[in-house]
Amino acid sequence: MKKTTILTFAILGLMLGAFKNHSGGIYKTNTGNINFFSHTSIEDITADNHKVKTAFDASSGKIQFSALIKDFEFPKALMQEHFNENYMESTKFSKSTFSGIIENIAAVKTTVDGVYTSKVSGKLTIKDVTKEVSTMGTFTVKSSVVNTKATFTINPENYNIEIPKTVSGKISREIKITVDADYHHDH
Amino acid sequence: MVKRILIFFIVAYSPIVYAQNLDLLDDPEAAPVTEYAFATFKTNRVVNGHSVETVAKREFDFKISHRFGFVSGGFYDLFGLDQATMRIGGDYGITDNLNVGIGRSTVDKTYDGFVKYKFLKQSTGAKNIPVTAAWISHMGIATSKFTQPNRENQFSHRVHYTHQLLVARKFTEGLSVQLSPTLVHKNLVDSANLKNDILAVGIGVRQKLTNRTTLNLEYYYTLPSQLEENKTDVLSVGFDIETGGHVFQLFFTNSSGPFEKSFITDTKAKWLDGDIRFGFNIARVFNF
Repeated sequence: MKKTTILTFAILGLMLGAFKNHSGGIYKTNTGNINFFSHTSIEDITADNHKVKTAFDASSGKIQFSALIKDFEFPKALMQEHFNENYMESTKFSKSTFSGIIENIAAVKTTVDGVYTSKVSGKLTIKDVTKEVSTMGTFTVKSSVVNTKATFTINPENYNIEIPKTVSGKISREIKITVDADYHHDH
Repeated sequence: MVKRILIFFIVAYSPIVYAQNLDLLDDPEAAPVTEYAFATFKTNRVVNGHSVETVAKREFDFKISHRFGFVSGGFYDLFGLDQATMRIGGDYGITDNLNVGIGRSTVDKTYDGFVKYKFLKQSTGAKNIPVTAAWISHMGIATSKFTQPNRENQFSHRVHYTHQLLVARKFTEGLSVQLSPTLVHKNLVDSANLKNDILAVGIGVRQKLTNRTTLNLEYYYTLPSQLEENKTDVLSVGFDIETGGHVFQLFFTNSSGPFEKSFITDTKAKWLDGDIRFGFNIARVFNF
C-alpha cells in the first residue's frame, strides 16, 4: 500500500515535470484586445474587441490570433450593425485570424521581467482574404504575465471590404489596428 | 501495475499531444455561444407599420413620413405630389429593447405615442429561439374639430388605441418575414352598427437586394365584416435604402394614413382601381 502511494506520487511528479517541459512554452489568453481606428477629417471611427483568442509558443515563436467580427464593439449601435451587415458581412465571414511568427523569439525571455521587441510577421485573414503583414511587437514581461503590443495599418479595400462612394470620405484607407494582450502561462 | 503506469502516462500526455498537433488556440467549439440575429429589418418600420426592430439605448430616430395623392392624378397633379399627408415624429431608445415614440400627423391633426418592448430575440447556438418578438401599444388623439358639433362630444371620443404583437423571423441573410396580429380600438365610431374593436393581422416580408437596399412588402388583413363597405385593406410595396445614418423608405401604398389606426381601418383607396400613392419615410438616427 505504502509502496503504491509512493509510486503514484513519483509518477505524478514525473508527469507534472513532463507537462511543464512540453507545454511550458505556450502563453495564452482569451481576452486579448484589438482596436481599430479610422481617421478622416469628417469622422473618426473606432471599435474594440475584448474577446480575442491568442497564444504564442515561447520556444518556436509561433503566434496566433482569432477574433470574432461580431465581438467588435462600437460606441454607436447603428455603426456596429452596419459594420457587421454591410462591410464585414459577419454572418458569412465570422472571424478574422492571424497566424505568424515572432522572428526573434530567442530575445524574448518570458521568464525574466523586462521589455523586449521583435518583428512579428505572418498571414492576416479578413473576409477570407489572406495577406502578409509584419510589424514590430513589444513584449513586456512582468511577474509572469507577458503583455504584447503591436500596431499596424491595413487598407480595407485590400480585404474585399467595399466602401460605397457616399461614405467614401468618412472611412480611411489606412485603418490603424492596435493589438494589446496579456498572456498567461498555459498550465 | 505496469499497465496502470502506462495508462497514467497515456492519459497525462494526451492533452499535450493534442496541443502540439492542433492550433495553439483554444478550441472554439468548446464553449458554444449564442448568436443573435440582427438587422432583421433595415429600420423599425416595414413600410407603414412597425417592424420588430428597435432603436438602441439613448438613440433618437427622427422620422418624417409623407404619403402623396394618387399617382393616377397624372402630370396635372404631378402624379400625386400636389397633395400630401405627413407625420413628423421619432422613436427613442430607453433601453436597447424598450422604445417610446411620439408623432404628429396631418390626418385628423392626430398626436400619437407608443411604447414598444422587444421581449424575444431570435438566436442560434447555446440558446435557440426561432423568432424575434415585440409588443407595441399605440395611443392616438385626434385634435381636429368635431365634425358634429351638436352631438355631445367628449375628449375620450378623440382617442384611439392600437395594440400589436410583432413576431418576425430572419429566415436567411436576405429574407425576413413578420406577422403582426393587431387590435385597433376606437372610442368613437361614426354609427352604432360599427365596431369599436377591429382585429387585423399584418404580414411583412423583406428581401435584401444588396447589402444596403431591400424590397419590402406589407399587407394588413382586417378580419371580415368589421369595416364599412367602402373601406379596404392596406397593401404596400417599397424599397429601403440605407446610407449609413439615414434610411430612406420609398414605397407605393393605397393608404394616406401615417399611423396604425388610420392605415389599418380608414383606407378607402383600392389598388385594383389604380388608386395608388407614392410615399416615403426618412429616418435619421441621432446619438445622445
